[in-house]
Amino acid sequence: MSLSILEISYLVASLTFIVGLKMLSHPDSARKGNLIAAAGMLIAIVATLTLFQDFDEDKMLNYSLIFGGLIIGTLIGTVMAKKVQMTAMPQMVSFFNGMGGACAALIAIIEYQHHQHTTVTGFDGELMVMLLGLLIGSVSFSGSMIAYGKLEGKIKDKVLPMNQAINMVLLGAIVVLIIYQLFGESTPLQFYILLGLALVYGILFVMPIGGADMPVVISLLNSFTGMAAAFGGFLYDNKAMLTGGILVGSAGTILTILMCNAMNRSLTNVLLGAFGGAAGGPSKSQSGDQTVREISLSDTAVLLSYSQNVVIVPGYGLAVAQAQHTCHELEKLLEEKGVEVNYAIHPVAGRMPGHMNVLLAEADVPYEKLQEMEEINPKLANADVVVVIGANDVVNPAAKNDPSSPIYGMPILEVDQAKNIIILKRGMSAGYAGIENELFFYPKTRMLFGDAKDSLQKLTQEVKEV
Amino acid sequence: MEDLFNYIGNNMEMIYFLVLAILLGVEVISNVPAILHTPLMSGANAIHGVVVVGAIIVMLQASPDNYLALSVGFLAVIVGTLNVIGGFVVTDRMLEMFKKKPKKS
Repeated sequence: MSLSILEISYLVASLTFIVGLKMLSHPDSARKGNLIAAAGMLIAIVATLTLFQDFDEDKMLNYSLIFGGLIIGTLIGTVMAKKVQMTAMPQMVSFFNGMGGACAALIAIIEYQHHQHTTVTGFDGELMVMLLGLLIGSVSFSGSMIAYGKLEGKIKDKVLPMNQAINMVLLGAIVVLIIYQLFGESTPLQFYILLGLALVYGILFVMPIGGADMPVVISLLNSFTGMAAAFGGFLYDNKAMLTGGILVGSAGTILTILMCNAMNRSLTNVLLGAFGGAAGGPSKSQSGDQTVREISLSDTAVLLSYSQNVVIVPGYGLAVAQAQHTCHELEKLLEEKGVEVNYAIHPVAGRMPGHMNVLLAEADVPYEKLQEMEEINPKLANADVVVVIGANDVVNPAAKNDPSSPIYGMPILEVDQAKNIIILKRGMSAGYAGIENELFFYPKTRMLFGDAKDSLQKLTQEVKEV
Repeated sequence: MEDLFNYIGNNMEMIYFLVLAILLGVEVISNVPAILHTPLMSGANAIHGVVVVGAIIVMLQASPDNYLALSVGFLAVIVGTLNVIGGFVVTDRMLEMFKKKPKKS
């Protein structure tokens, strides 16, 4: 009886995951979807705790440790999730993802200890599920930690000589080791070597990939952890783990591909780090002696105040400078003066698709002011001024006109169509893709150097005085 | 090889389940607007935290004097819970911001 109730609870949990994920993909129902999935998760956990029976001994110690673990995890998780800055969201997701991967790998380690006592001759399906769980969980854990470190700025981009070759060799060794254990004999030593290789592979897999591609990698690692969870489900014949894991595994893969499409890159291209670390040579059309024209704050203020139509292009620079609130201030002020202000949001603005929408939403920017690329591009020619704040690659005309550029073919915001372009930027450094932007040298482009937040604050002040 | 096929044959029900769930995952997500990519990834991240159920099962099956299993399992429960709770809370925080706007404007 209690086992049936347990199975029914898992069925309910599985359904909430499916419905929750479906609702998460529509703006109106997204929040409710998240809560529904969370409720399902609670049902699955409580049902397992109360109904999963294996009482042959006194398990008081086990229960107290489980509850202790649940409480510690809940406390740390809540505090971290509540405290994190909106700009640091991508690395937070990566961190939690790594924890899930670690959990799957740890489960495989314990199960392997149990499995040791059973002897199976020939192909051993259960062992296969364990090894794959261990492999994918560990890769996901170490990879996510590197991605986290990179986005936090704690780990620098580093490419080992022959990194791709080393990765291939590692991967080959991993495959051989798994096949050997499945069809031959599996010793703990081999098992732990596999664990070590998987951890190293995760590190080397993410290490050479550049910051701009990090969201794609996080999304991919996310689907890896989903698969690792599904292998756990296979091991215990647990339907809730299976549905949750596989669903995230496949949905995560699709999401990864959607993100790649938004950047017009192929997944292999991202993974082999074609422009991740070793960026293609400097774009051919650049000559060194072009000059940029600066503009003063007061001129900018006048220009903006007497425009009719202003478009703001926010980029990651706006996010790191925490300038989204100041930006909203400026926008409100201009609107009061009768200027129409809109935001042009590139699909990959910020660090992840949709990241910029979250940041601007945090600053109370009205939803209808955020216009997506397809929507705003035809209107850009009518814009009197385009203000680019801390964005670079997503407005680089080389993506349209320079076939030799590594970002050639990427859809961009066509700000070069506008009548005036003002670029707020800290310095002349290249964007994440590491390439020059000829837009900065256009005759109608003016540069306003400085920290985005600082410049915007001063600009708001100036506009008030106009 | 024979064992491999036998294993697959014995688990046919599971494999059907696997294939259908994969297709379902693809179907559920294919029409998502770009603005929701980040919250969706975060929400999916929380859902695979269901792996914590496996950690709980490990703990329930471990015998009370197997200290190695208990300590590794304890760690697994902690990190699994971190994934679940952190994932859902972060996603809710993101989505809360989407929701606030219509009232204000």
